[in-house]
Amino acid sequence: MGRPLVNRSPMPGLGLSMGITLTMLSLVVLLPIGALLLKGANYGLVGIWETVNRERVWAALFLSFRLSLIAALFNLVFGVLLAWVLVRYRFPGRRLLDAAVDLPFALPTAVAGISLTALYAPNGAFGALAAEIGWKIAYTQWGILIALVFVGLPFVARTVQPVIEEIDREVEEASATLGASRLHTLRHVVLPMLAPAALTGFALALARAVGEYGSVIFIAGNIPLVTEIAPLLIVIQLEEFNYDAAAAIGIAMLLISFAMLLVINLIQVWSRRRIGNV
Amino acid sequence: MTALPLPQTILGLAPYRPIAPRRSRAPKETEMIATITVAGSITAQGFLAQAHDDGRVTIADGLRRLTGWPVSRLRSLAASAALAVLGLGASPAQVQAESLLNVSYDPTRELYREVNEAFAAFWTAQGNPAPEIEVSHGGSGSQARAVIDGLEAQVVTLALASDIDKIAEAGKLPADWQTKLPHNSSPYTSTIVFLVREGNPKGLKDWGDLVAEGVEVITPNPKTSGGARWNYLAAWAWAEKNGKDPKEFVGALYKNVPVLDQGARGSTTTFAQRGIGDVLLAWENEAYLALKEIGEDQFDIVVPSVSVLAEPPVALVESNIKSDEQRKLAEAYLNFLYSPEGQAIAFKNFYRGWDSSKAAPEDVARFPELELVDIASFGGWAKVQPEHFGDGGIFDQIYVPK
Repeated sequence: MGRPLVNRSPMPGLGLSMGITLTMLSLVVLLPIGALLLKGANYGLVGIWETVNRERVWAALFLSFRLSLIAALFNLVFGVLLAWVLVRYRFPGRRLLDAAVDLPFALPTAVAGISLTALYAPNGAFGALAAEIGWKIAYTQWGILIALVFVGLPFVARTVQPVIEEIDREVEEASATLGASRLHTLRHVVLPMLAPAALTGFALALARAVGEYGSVIFIAGNIPLVTEIAPLLIVIQLEEFNYDAAAAIGIAMLLISFAMLLVINLIQVWSRRRIGNV
Repeated sequence: MTALPLPQTILGLAPYRPIAPRRSRAPKETEMIATITVAGSITAQGFLAQAHDDGRVTIADGLRRLTGWPVSRLRSLAASAALAVLGLGASPAQVQAESLLNVSYDPTRELYREVNEAFAAFWTAQGNPAPEIEVSHGGSGSQARAVIDGLEAQVVTLALASDIDKIAEAGKLPADWQTKLPHNSSPYTSTIVFLVREGNPKGLKDWGDLVAEGVEVITPNPKTSGGARWNYLAAWAWAEKNGKDPKEFVGALYKNVPVLDQGARGSTTTFAQRGIGDVLLAWENEAYLALKEIGEDQFDIVVPSVSVLAEPPVALVESNIKSDEQRKLAEAYLNFLYSPEGQAIAFKNFYRGWDSSKAAPEDVARFPELELVDIASFGGWAKVQPEHFGDGGIFDQIYVPK
């Protein structure tokens, strides 16, 4: 109403959408992380280091990041395979399976943790089988790994799926008519096209696994130095009303996660340069 | 819990609330506010200026006049009703029954379900409106933290005095809260017993048997569970009485623990449902409850020679009391716990009460006599908490020797 037109771009609404984006991002992401860092800043670098530099904290951090990495690697391979099967093959129940992939997103993590524990405990369906050959799954690091694989599974599958849908079959056929073996086609034609999306999914699955608490807590034995994950240590510090130490471990996790995501992004940039944009 | 007082302006589009006109003067009595639709979807609001024969109306807000179809009052009423149902609307100004939030610890779900019913009946019988009582359950420590962080509990009923001390430190109730009610503000007590598998296959009779090779003990993490701290202290007390090095003994005990759950309920599930472990160190009430709920043919209760007198305290959170009526209700609620009726409910839910005058005799007779050590003989929570369970305390040293 009588306002002068200020939109210089032919696409309208940049100012408004930018404003909304920044506000939401600040409220939802930047403010909490800022508060965490502020808490850490009050505590001081020395305090943070002293909190983190203890055998138990290192053990928990190492456990969390090691298992998350293994789970994300597993999901990388399995998720790409799953997406490939869902897109390329037609079989009865495909849509059902397709929908089931999202379940780990939808299920409350505590429910997932309790169900997995019930299944893999020595008196559970799978746990009993494993117990017969002398394996223990629930309440060991294997149990944690299973929970992390479960919560991270959809990330790779869902990021890769649309990319596979985009790939023309002609490309593969061309490769075959030019005399490439199936393996060669897969390695040099298909996988390079999937790599960027798969890496994104991998990063998401990794990030999710590192922060996972709800499901792991039920299936891990939570024994210090053995099956105690880093997020649990944070909770323990909070139970002791030790907010500073909790923030310190949180910051340590944040830094390690940041470094890992940075490396993944660098690999992504490198792979894009090498094979061109897909 | 009361609904958050959501500012109405957040709703912005709420159709039942007229958007303030740009003019600052108040509308004259003759002016009605109308909402209209223009061009199908846009709605505008303003003072009714003119009603046309075809049903359209013209509104004016001083500078402009707009004509369109009026939005029926019915629709805006329906919309506001829907908002109210969603709990988004402003709370109606009707007279409300007093509400009370009791923040409690894990294994008291059954107890307070029954107490709340009985108390509501008692309260209304005295001519008061039916109270709205809600209970929140969780680990004692995290519940205390929630109250400190602003959960508006008028009453806390936690597992440990030290957790309420923390709330007092935050200034929400006076430091001498424990003197305000009888028996150290503990309307009921409990102790720690062993729950073993039917027939006690490993022959566990007392604390000393638990450190034997191959015995698996289930107990929650003392860092996150109030009950687990009592377990730990009971073991400590036995070792002291039997001439053992308590630190070494407790260390050996925790070496036999394959799973450290977050809370007492979690441990009970691990032991009873998952079939892990040979013995569960449990609250007496939790052990009896497991027998009742899961079946007496699966477990036995073993009473050790020495245990602790666990006093789960209750308190009024002064700073969360909003009115005199609410204070009256909260005080009556806490006093009800001490009344013969309240005590009978505690006995029935396997807590050791103080006054058994109205309790069923079989509820009272079930508790065996045993030597109970109270927290004062450990030096009180103020000493025990940092020494044993603090960061780097004796419990931490079991896993990471200093």
